Amino acid sequence: MKQNSEQTSISNLQETTAGATGVTTDMRVIVPLQGVVQGGGGLVLGSIIPCALFYFFQLYLKGKSRSDDDPVTPTPPPLPEISPPLERVHSIRSIWSPRGTNGQAQVSSRANSVIKQPDSPHYVGLKRASEDPYDESSNSDGIIQLGLDENKLSLDLVQDWLVEHTNCLIFGQDLRMNGITTYHPFDGLSELKMAVAGFMSQAMEGRVLFDPSQIFLTSGATPAVEMLAFCLADSGNAFLVPSPYFPDLDRDIKWRTGVEIIHVPCRSSDNFSLNTTALHRAYNQAKKRGLKVQGVIISNPSNPVGNLLNRETIYKLLDFATEKNIHIISNEILACSTGNESQQEFVSMAEIMNSEEYDRNRLHIVYGLSKDLSLPGFRVGVVYSFNQNVMDASKKLLRFSSVSSLAQRLLISMVNDSRFIRKFLKINSERVERMRNLFVSGLKNLGIECMESSRGFYCWVDMSGFIRPYSEKGEFELWEKLLNVGKINATPGSCCHCIEPGWFRFCFTNLKEKEIPLVMERIRRVL
Amino acid sequence: MAIEIVQPSVAGLSKIAVSETHGENSPYFAGWKAYDENPYHEMHNPSGVIQMGLAENQVSFDLVEKYLESNQEAASWGKKVSGFKENALFQDYHGLLSFRKAMASFMEQVRGGKARFDPERVVLTAGATAANELLTFVLADPGDALLVPTPYYPGFDRDLRWRTGVEIVPIHCESSNNFQVTPQALESAYDHATSMNMKVRGVLITNPSNPLGATIQRKVLEEILDFVTRKNIHLVSDEIYSGSVFHSNEFVSIAEVLESRNYKDSERCHIVYSLSKDLGLPGFRVGTVYSYNDQVVTTARRMSSFTLISSQTQLLLASMLSDNEFTEKYIKINRERLRKRYETIVAGLKKAGIECLKGNAGLFCWMNLSPYLSENTKSGELEIWKTIMEEVRLNISPGSSCRCSEAGWFRVCFANMSEETLEVALSRLHEFMDRRRRDRNLLSVL
Repeated sequence: MKQNSEQTSISNLQETTAGATGVTTDMRVIVPLQGVVQGGGGLVLGSIIPCALFYFFQLYLKGKSRSDDDPVTPTPPPLPEISPPLERVHSIRSIWSPRGTNGQAQVSSRANSVIKQPDSPHYVGLKRASEDPYDESSNSDGIIQLGLDENKLSLDLVQDWLVEHTNCLIFGQDLRMNGITTYHPFDGLSELKMAVAGFMSQAMEGRVLFDPSQIFLTSGATPAVEMLAFCLADSGNAFLVPSPYFPDLDRDIKWRTGVEIIHVPCRSSDNFSLNTTALHRAYNQAKKRGLKVQGVIISNPSNPVGNLLNRETIYKLLDFATEKNIHIISNEILACSTGNESQQEFVSMAEIMNSEEYDRNRLHIVYGLSKDLSLPGFRVGVVYSFNQNVMDASKKLLRFSSVSSLAQRLLISMVNDSRFIRKFLKINSERVERMRNLFVSGLKNLGIECMESSRGFYCWVDMSGFIRPYSEKGEFELWEKLLNVGKINATPGSCCHCIEPGWFRFCFTNLKEKEIPLVMERIRRVL
Repeated sequence: MAIEIVQPSVAGLSKIAVSETHGENSPYFAGWKAYDENPYHEMHNPSGVIQMGLAENQVSFDLVEKYLESNQEAASWGKKVSGFKENALFQDYHGLLSFRKAMASFMEQVRGGKARFDPERVVLTAGATAANELLTFVLADPGDALLVPTPYYPGFDRDLRWRTGVEIVPIHCESSNNFQVTPQALESAYDHATSMNMKVRGVLITNPSNPLGATIQRKVLEEILDFVTRKNIHLVSDEIYSGSVFHSNEFVSIAEVLESRNYKDSERCHIVYSLSKDLGLPGFRVGTVYSYNDQVVTTARRMSSFTLISSQTQLLLASMLSDNEFTEKYIKINRERLRKRYETIVAGLKKAGIECLKGNAGLFCWMNLSPYLSENTKSGELEIWKTIMEEVRLNISPGSSCRCSEAGWFRVCFANMSEETLEVALSRLHEFMDRRRRDRNLLSVL
C-alpha cells in the first residue's frame, strides 16, 4: 500500500515539478495526501509532500547501499550496479556525510576495514604519548611511555660504535662497485645473511648454529610475519595463536592477507603457558566454523607475558602440528633479552630444526634486529626456514619489503665485529636485568605483582585487584585513568586479547633508572 | 584450499606461494638468466651477453658519488648526538619529516616547479614496486580490475596482481597513433572488464611510459582524467621516470593538470615515484605514494609498516635532496646525458636499418623489428628475440612480455652501460642485420 502511494506520488512529482503552479484539483484527486489539505496551504504542501516522499525514497536507497559497505566478511564483491541510481545516491551521500568527499571513488573494502577500525587503546596510547612525551626538563608533566617495547638502555654502545666506524665505512669505497646503489637480491646480501647467522648463534649462546642459506632478510619482522602468512595460508584460512599476544599481530596477519586468527586462551592459573587441550579445542572450534587451520604462531619469549616455552610444551606443540599436518611459526625476536639469571633455558625452534626429530618443513622462525640490537629504525627482519617452497616463494615475495643496501652494509660491519657484539650483549643483558629488578620491586612496594617468569623488555602485571568492575570495562577505565591522570601509557591486556581482565604490559626499557620512582609515584596516585 | 605439495607428510602452501604470477618463467626473465650465465665484460669476456633488458640509470651516477664524498657529514652520526637516538629508534611509519619535505621538494623540481607537493601527503615505501602493490591493496579488492594501457612494464603483472588478487585488464594501444591511449580504447577496456563481471577500480598509467620511452601528451592526460571522473574510478600515475625526460618542457605530470583544474576531483588521483631510476639508487629502496585523497594517505601510511625505508637511508637522502644546488645541477645534467645516449642509439639502430618509436624520455627505446619477422605473430617475435640473444648476444625485452598487441616491438635499454659498451652492442647489431640482408638476398637470387 505504502509502496503504491510512493510510486504514485513520484510519478506525480514529474507532473507537479514541471510547474509549481500545478493543477490543485488534479493533485487532490490523484494523491490521497493532497486530498487532506484544503485551501491555500494545499499548493505548497502539494509540492512539498511528494518531494518529501521522494526524499525518503532516496534515504531508503542510501540505507540499502550503505549496508553493502560492511567490510568484515570476505564475500566476493557484488556485481556492478546500474550507473544512474548509484550516482544519485553518491551525490546525496556526499551532502549528508560528515566527510564531504565520501561520494568519490571508493577505496577497497580492505582499506575500509583499516579505516573504520576504532583505534584500540594500544595505538591511542602510543599516539598520545608521542604527542605529549615526558621530558625531565622541558615537559615534566608529559606522558611517560611504557607501551612501546623498545630498548633505549644500550643505545650509547651502538652509537659509539657507529661514530667510530661510519666514516671510513661506506664512503672510502666505490659505491657502485660495492653494489650499494645497484639492484641487489631482494632477500638480502649474502654477507649480511652470514653475519646475521653468526649473530643469531651467538645470541643463543652457541647452542644452535644457524645456516645462512636458510636466511631471508626483509625490512622488519612485520613484513616477515606477513610474508609467511601469505605463503602458508590462503585468504579465509586461519592461524591458531595463543593469547595474550602482542597487538601488532592482528595487523600483520589479517590486514591484507584475509587470513583469520583463532585465539588459544592461556590462563594465569597455568602461568599463561600454552595448554595443548586449549589448542585442540581451538582447532575443533575453527573446524566447526568452517575455517581451515594452516598453522600455529607462537612467540618465544612470549610477548606480552615474557615467559619462555619449556621443552615439554614445545614437544607437545610439535606433536600437535604433526598430527594436524600444519605449520609452526615461531617469533623469536626477543631471544637475546632473556636476562643473565635465566633459571629456564631458552629453546629455540632452530634447535628442533637441526635435530631433525620433527619434519622441519613445517617449522619457520621469524627474527629481527630491532629488539636485540636496539635498531628498529634500520628495519631488518629475518625469516628462517628449511622449507624449499617457502624459500623459493620468499626470494620473490621479498621484493616488496627489501632492506636498503646502505643499512645492510652498515650492519655487515657491525655484526661481524664479534668483540663489539659480545660486549654489547653482555652489557645490555645486565642493564635490562637491573632495570627489570628495580621496576618489579617498585611495583611490589605498591602491592602489585608481576609474572615471575618475565623476560623481555616488559613486565606482565596483575592489576586486577584495582579494577572495578572486574571486567574489560573496568580494565579500560583503569587504562584511561593511568593515561589521563597518571600520565602513563601502558598496554591493557584486552588489546592483547587476554581473557582475564586486569592485566597490563609495562615496558621499562624506555626509562632511565632515576625515573622509576617517578613512575611508581604516578601509579600510586591513580590507585 | 591450499595446494598440497608433493610430500604428503608436510602441510601445504598457499596458492600465492605456488602460483606462477611472479612471472619469472617468461622470456623477460629468461633473458636475464642468459645474461647471468655469460655476462659481457670489456676485458674478461668481450663476447659475453650484453644486458640491454635492465632499466637502470648509471649515466649520472658520478654526480651522486661526488656529492656523497664531499658531504660526508650528511651520512655520519658523529656530530648529532640526539640525531642518532631519533634515527636508530625511529620506526614511525610517517617517516622523517625532513625526508618527506626533501622528497616533495625534489618532485617539484623535477616538474620544473609547475606543480606543488605537500610533504604531509608523501607516504614512504621500500621502492616503487612496493608503492604500486600498496596502492593496489588500498584501492581494489580481490577480483577487481585495474585498466592498464599496453604495452606496459612486465613487472606489473606481478606487482599489481600477485598478492592482491586484483586483475589487470589491458587498454590496447596501437602503433598507428604511436601507442597513445584513446578514449575509445579506454571505453572498450572498461566494457570488456564489466562484461567479465569485474568491478573496475581504476586506471594505472606510466608517465613517461615504460617501455615506450615517451611522455604522455597533455591532451591525452586530460582525456584520461575525464574518463576516470565519468566512471568514478581512481587514476594512478606512475611517474618514476619523470626525472629522465630529455627536455624539461615535454613532460606534463598529472599533478600539473590537477593544479590547472584547481584540484577539482583530485581525490581520485595518486602518484607513484621512486629514486631508483632518476637518481640511479635502486639499492636504497626508496619509493613513495603521493595521494590527493586523505583516506588513501592514512590507510597507505598504516600499511606502509610492511615496507618501511630504513631511517638512516632517509637521513642521508634528506640532506642530499634538500640541497637545491645539487639537485638542480643533477637533473639538468642527467637529462642531457640521457638525451645524448638516446640519440646515439637511435642513430646507430637507423644505420642498421632499424626504426624506433620517437621517444623523449626514459632509459630505453622502443625498437621496431616487425619488418624482419618471419611471421607477424608472437612466435615470430620470440624467434627473432631468441636469435638476437644467441647470435648477437644481446638481451632485449620482447614486446609480448609487455603485452603489446602488435608483434615485433622490443625494448632496448641504454643507460645501464658505458658508452663503449653501447657502441659494441650497436656494432654487433649492425653486423647481424647486414648478414641477414646478405643471406636474404642470396636466398632470393637462388
